[in-house]
Amino acid sequence: MEIKLLCYLIPSLVMFCCGVYGFLTRKNMIAMLISLELMLNAVDINFAVINRYLFPGSLEGMFFTLFAIAIAAAETALAIAIIINLYRVTKNVNVKDVNKLKG
Amino acid sequence: MDYSQFLAMKQEIALLVVFLIVFLYDTFAPKKCLNALSGITTLLFGAVTVYGFTLCGDASVASFAGMYETTPVITCIKNILNVGVLIILIQATKWNNSEAQTVRRGEFYELLLVTLFGMYLMISARHFLLFIIGLESASLPLAAMVAFEKNKYESHEAAIKYMLTAVFSSAILMMGLSFIYLFSGTLYFSGIAAAVATEGVSALLVVALAFVIAGVGFKLSLVPFHLWTADVYQGAPTSVTSYLSVISKGSAAFAFMVILAQCFGTAYSAVWEWMLYGLIILTITVGNLFALRQDNMKRFLAFSSISQAGYIMLGIVGNNAMGAAALMFYILVYIFSNLAAFGVIQAIENNTGKLNMSDYKGLYKSNPHLSFAMMLAMFSLAGIPPFAGFFSKFFIFTGALNGTTSTALYVLVLIALINTIISLYYYLKVVKAMFLSQDEPVIAPFKSDLSERIGMWVTVGGVLALGIVSFFYNNILTLCNQYFA
Repeated sequence: MEIKLLCYLIPSLVMFCCGVYGFLTRKNMIAMLISLELMLNAVDINFAVINRYLFPGSLEGMFFTLFAIAIAAAETALAIAIIINLYRVTKNVNVKDVNKLKG
Repeated sequence: MDYSQFLAMKQEIALLVVFLIVFLYDTFAPKKCLNALSGITTLLFGAVTVYGFTLCGDASVASFAGMYETTPVITCIKNILNVGVLIILIQATKWNNSEAQTVRRGEFYELLLVTLFGMYLMISARHFLLFIIGLESASLPLAAMVAFEKNKYESHEAAIKYMLTAVFSSAILMMGLSFIYLFSGTLYFSGIAAAVATEGVSALLVVALAFVIAGVGFKLSLVPFHLWTADVYQGAPTSVTSYLSVISKGSAAFAFMVILAQCFGTAYSAVWEWMLYGLIILTITVGNLFALRQDNMKRFLAFSSISQAGYIMLGIVGNNAMGAAALMFYILVYIFSNLAAFGVIQAIENNTGKLNMSDYKGLYKSNPHLSFAMMLAMFSLAGIPPFAGFFSKFFIFTGALNGTTSTALYVLVLIALINTIISLYYYLKVVKAMFLSQDEPVIAPFKSDLSERIGMWVTVGGVLALGIVSFFYNNILTLCNQYFA
């Protein structure tokens, strides 16, 4: 039995929306980073599946996925480094304590 | 594979060579030679800038199966960015040679050159994969640069805010791209344009475009997506703030125009014209209203740069060659006037540590030259006639209205004009504090050093020359008429 394209696209959309929701509501910076990863992974699924089902003649979507994974890894590494630096100063990773800049 | 294709990327290769030299010098040179690093980088980058100007007459080349393209217009916008980066390098010299900075000095230059390389790729890309790679290599090192002052808390807070919004926006942008891929089956700009032309406007295309505009809107800090801007500009080191506000914004604006015009040109009036109208009105108005109540100079310029981004977007709305020329000219003028303001702020911060508008009271009595440069910058940003800012605003309004009969566009330009008057109020507030205040000056007289003075002379000269000499705008317009049609 062939699995339909929609069976992939809907879970990926749900994943993306969960990521957006988590990013906007979470108070912990690590949890916000996890939500961002969810969003990026939903994009990866989309590209791979659309390529496999609709345009199997070329590999553009697959290559985009590969590069997107690499970019996501770089982003996480940098964000974690900045969070660790911030932790050294404030001793916690809650966004509500990181609000000294305002005017 | 044909390796001679790499020769099409002349400016990128020149930049990469400079990057390697700086990197190797920073790593292997003996410790007592390291003080020369800022001078060496500035000189080498000056050579790249001059080399860029010699490429102006080259013909258009497309390479890597059409993924990368360079045309005289693209060479021109890269040259404009180069000039801006050169001024920033000169202005940052003193800060980089300060004691706290010596350990990390090399990294500043290396990261700056890498981000510029990413912006080059972003501008030249004709395929969304290359575009995303350019965008990320422009925005990730910038987050590291924002976090540069390691022992200052503000720098880290700004960096984490910048980082999280940058990743969030690129995730949204990539989601939009996956919808576009679903729609057209290709990521080449030309392929997408063909698909949009044949299949017409569908709900999928509208959703995809909304995602893409939101994603790029974060980078440009257009209004519903601007919340990170003020905090990041305030917390980042001043050199990095000036880089963020002119170079990063200018390159993103140009790339945005290329995407909208080349991929979605045929869906112009049906879809994105209206989205941009809303964004522009919000951006200009909200940016202006928030700028009114700022005291910190960096926050003040952050909100001013938000509203300036709205004016830059007006060049896209026209969707014609004249609008494109006006956009490029606006970026050039904006680079000079904003860097003049940041040069003064940086000189005052380096010498006295003062950053607030209330500290600028009576500056004319203690430092007349600095306050004169600041006044010119403010006049140019507000758009007062003999200076460059007036002409860039004039051309951008003309470009938006060129050959249109749509009433909505006239209303849009009218709202932008009214906002110009509002902006005059807060730009002149700085001038008033400096010249008209009767209080005793807060800032004692000081003498700027050579690099600061060179930066000031270049930017002030640019603000005057761009307003008086018509050569620059004429050349840009001729180029755009040839290649943008």
